Amino acid sequence: MSDSLLDQLVLAPVILPLLGAGLCLAFGRFAEAQRVISILTLLAVVASACVLLVRSDQHGPQAFNVGGWPAEIGISLVADRLSSLLLLISTIVTLCVLLYSIGQGIVEFGRDTPLSVFYPTFLVLSAGVSNAFLSADLFNLFVGFEILLASSYVLITLGGTEARVRSGTIYIIVSLASSALFLIAIACVYAATGTVNFAQLALRMQDLPGSTATMLQLLLLLTFAVKAAVFPLSAWLPDSYPTAPAPVTAVFAGLLTKVGVYAMLRTQTLLFPTHELRTLLLWASVLTMVVGIMGAVAQSDIKRVLSFTLVSHIGFMLFGIAIASELGVAGAIFYIIHHITVQTTLFLVAGLVEYRSGTTNLDRLGGLARHAPVLSVMFFVPAMNLAGIPPFSGFLGKLALLEAGVDAGGWLALLGVAAAVATSLLTLYAVAKIWNRAFWQPLADPEDDTPVPFDPAVLGGSLHGRSGVSTATQRETTWKTDTEGERLPVRMALPTIALGLVTVALTVFAGPLFAMTERAAEELHERTPYIEAVLGDG
Amino acid sequence: MTANLVLIIVVGVLVGSGVTLVLERSLTRILVGFVLIGNGLNVLFLVVSGPAGAAPILGLSGDPMADPLPQVMALTAIVITLGTTAFGLALAYRAWQLTGTDDVQDDLEDDLIRRRAARDEVSATFDEADSELPDEGYAGDSTLAPEDEVPA
Repeated sequence: MSDSLLDQLVLAPVILPLLGAGLCLAFGRFAEAQRVISILTLLAVVASACVLLVRSDQHGPQAFNVGGWPAEIGISLVADRLSSLLLLISTIVTLCVLLYSIGQGIVEFGRDTPLSVFYPTFLVLSAGVSNAFLSADLFNLFVGFEILLASSYVLITLGGTEARVRSGTIYIIVSLASSALFLIAIACVYAATGTVNFAQLALRMQDLPGSTATMLQLLLLLTFAVKAAVFPLSAWLPDSYPTAPAPVTAVFAGLLTKVGVYAMLRTQTLLFPTHELRTLLLWASVLTMVVGIMGAVAQSDIKRVLSFTLVSHIGFMLFGIAIASELGVAGAIFYIIHHITVQTTLFLVAGLVEYRSGTTNLDRLGGLARHAPVLSVMFFVPAMNLAGIPPFSGFLGKLALLEAGVDAGGWLALLGVAAAVATSLLTLYAVAKIWNRAFWQPLADPEDDTPVPFDPAVLGGSLHGRSGVSTATQRETTWKTDTEGERLPVRMALPTIALGLVTVALTVFAGPLFAMTERAAEELHERTPYIEAVLGDG
Repeated sequence: MTANLVLIIVVGVLVGSGVTLVLERSLTRILVGFVLIGNGLNVLFLVVSGPAGAAPILGLSGDPMADPLPQVMALTAIVITLGTTAFGLALAYRAWQLTGTDDVQDDLEDDLIRRRAARDEVSATFDEADSELPDEGYAGDSTLAPEDEVPA
């Protein structure tokens, strides 16, 4: 392949899924064709992300100006180490979730029923995530966000059941509000600096009066905090995520909030390296961690517990960003990667639990360790990883963040360290609660059952939300008579296991991976490689 | 940079009325609110683009051109607002089909607390008369703070 073609490879992760989505729509009546197109598209994206990662690691940031317009007025896409690392891991996760949802589609609707909306929307979502990771200007970042949000609106209300319309409404309103905020921020940034290009902004931001720069920083942070579900702007998340179909929840939990965190990381390191808002960010991270995990401890539904741990662990990443030392940023990047895979795996497992026993309510679950040993292992490994038990990657990421916190010194940073430790322990408590009640203890006698406070079976995890209550009750009645239970559907289990293996691989290859994130953090701190790549010869 | 005061006032009025509408319960009104906010923000981009000038087409006239970039952004924002509004309206229609109203429901957490209170974890302030739960729709926050509504 010639060099110029390789330069254009930065485009591939954005263009390919969009093309694939178009093809999927065109083949809306042919289920098999849709599946093949979606898988091939995402495989191609994974391959291009691999190449981008290698090239950006060896030759510095890969920049490409779309349409040949100069970077100042055109759209440029940049893949530096941070972007391509996140891009690679996110596309791998997307691919696994796609395989899972294909399996679920086949299991629920049979081989020949096309899910005409699902696959194209899913691919568009992937394009939006890639665009957000690669974009080199604020407005394109906004467009990336809008692409992924628009497709997430469709996915979260898939099937249009009452529960999904209800939670989707809240999600959409919050997203619209954050988009409006983002537009205001962009307008203000343009008014102050006359550009929205990251590289130019990095140069011009230091000439602004301090108060103006701080105001812009606050506006941007506020926008991204809504998207990343940072406390106190996180209340929307645990309400909207659990009702969506299992693969949709999984991919949202893995990727969408992380895109917000990525945006924060990018703007904080590139545009505002003097980070005057450290106190604010540290407080936000401490509160996110603690309040989030308190919520998780109080819940009695697997999906809701996981949603709250998701909010809480955003705090860890924010802590690294707030510390802003090279180690802190490297730890945050490592933690993002770890958390994307682990959280997605756990939600996929929750989907399998729901398939297996018709509910994810802990009051109605029990004895899964005996009846479904494979499923138990599939839950146990990522759950321990999430709680940060050594030697898993969660432990390593937390260790790096704690070390960065101690190095930074100051009582607030130490408070953050204490909060992080407490949060890890409470996470262990939360996942141990799931383990004990759903997997370890035998199923409680239905007579003794206290009335269920609210019935998540109604929420339904199926792709079209139709199998809700009826299958739940059916399965529960067969549960007693047939202790062998149904076998796990292989098509859904295999992608979950594959993703679980990725989380383990992150632990095994933690050394090289952490070295990589350290190089990425170093590059973020230098800032010049990025700026030169965008403005250099463009 | 010089800014046009009239435009800024227009932005303020549009966004202000938009926010007021967004705070309503009905999804349709909320969407109208977001349309107003969106339009206000598009005008904001006009403010941001600086003084008005000739159409930004090269070689059309010798006068100084208006800054084309914010116009491009406003155009993109208009398209996005159009798309999301259409989706939102469809959603409001669906909610109306399902529940007969397009009111935004209370979130599950509030519901959960309400039901928990009704079940057995009766707090000291909980009034027995209120434990008959409304089955659907939202009951406002009244059941969360029942002592406000104790009949005399």
